Amino acid sequence: MKVADFELYKSLLYDKSGLVITPDKSYLLDSRLTPIAKKWNYPTLDMMTLQLRAIPDPKLVKDIVEAMTTNETSFFRDTKPFTLFQETILPHMIQTRANKKSVRIWCAACSSGQEPYSLAMILKDKEAQLKGWRFEIVATDLSEEILAQAKKGIYSQFEVQRGLPIQYLMKHFTQVGETWALKDDIKSMIKFSTFNLLEDMSRMGTFDIIFCRNVLIYFDEKTKGGILARMDKQLTSDGFLLLGGAETVLGITDKFVPMPDKRGLYIKNPALQPSAPPPTSSGGFTSGLFKRT
Amino acid sequence: MSVCLVVDDSRVVRKVARRILEELGFVCEEAEDGQLAYEFCSKNMPDAILLDWNMPVMSGIEFLEKLRSMPSGQSPKVVFCTTENDMAHIQRAITAGANEYIMKPFDTEIIKSKFIQIGLIED
Repeated sequence: MKVADFELYKSLLYDKSGLVITPDKSYLLDSRLTPIAKKWNYPTLDMMTLQLRAIPDPKLVKDIVEAMTTNETSFFRDTKPFTLFQETILPHMIQTRANKKSVRIWCAACSSGQEPYSLAMILKDKEAQLKGWRFEIVATDLSEEILAQAKKGIYSQFEVQRGLPIQYLMKHFTQVGETWALKDDIKSMIKFSTFNLLEDMSRMGTFDIIFCRNVLIYFDEKTKGGILARMDKQLTSDGFLLLGGAETVLGITDKFVPMPDKRGLYIKNPALQPSAPPPTSSGGFTSGLFKRT
Repeated sequence: MSVCLVVDDSRVVRKVARRILEELGFVCEEAEDGQLAYEFCSKNMPDAILLDWNMPVMSGIEFLEKLRSMPSGQSPKVVFCTTENDMAHIQRAITAGANEYIMKPFDTEIIKSKFIQIGLIED
């Protein structure tokens, strides 16, 4: 790809999705955008680039952004965050939310849905223990295409074997030909919607737990900092943030601090908190509560 | 070092499995069918068993049932690894005492993730 063309795609992707493409990844542009050019009936990728330079069709731009995002995921990916969810986060929630018995969880950048569905299966298995509790799982992604796939809850034999314990497969899936479909009681636990992490997050409401794993790695520091600062506003004062194994808040934001000995788990920086506000997830927080004291 | 017994009548599958298991830090032993696996276990109980279903002489499920009634036959973690990919087979295997179930074809990633889940290796 020509340098000028690379620069065009680079700034388009950065503006629309925050995605940072470095010159060593320019081969990815060729391999992922050639099918888009074909879909839009351009004889070559160069012809599509020409068109994009002249009058960019917003739908084409959307297709390009979606094609360039990475959708790699698996059930119970990395294991550890799900152990933390069961052994650290849930007990804390059960204790601190005993009165209202309601917890809101956000899976940001959920891709094909394995992360929210893994959480739903954990919660389903604790149904007896969590009787009377309401867990709302909101799962978002930038890509409409991948969300449509997530909503279907249908996975290949290969996908159900990466990270998914056989007991979960037996309990929560039905076999449909060569594929495996999640049962409706699990599917109905998730609310899927499209969301761009660069946008204002206030419409999402507040959450008690935010999973934002393996997505910040694609952004530059400024974008990472902005996302984490906005997430801070959507998280209850005693809420939890989970990042991916290769991600950190250190050197990016002072809004969160890592929990000692709990890799990937973050809480709000106690130094920035006003004296113990009551935990709530009703969406009634004012930003004033989060100002530096 | 933990010992993993690979039970499969295909030499190719045993070879592929051995390469993956040795990478994961296991000492690998092989058996061509359930009967040979049973004889192996009578002498030396392994830590893990990767088990095919359809084999001559003695099938994987027959072997598993016999294994689980042997003295100390409860100790090895058994992972089925078979082309049988329907729910009925999976349920039968788990009921007979299998700890995990892999539907062929498999790769390093699948074996690794299943072995982590049942605590045979660390994450």
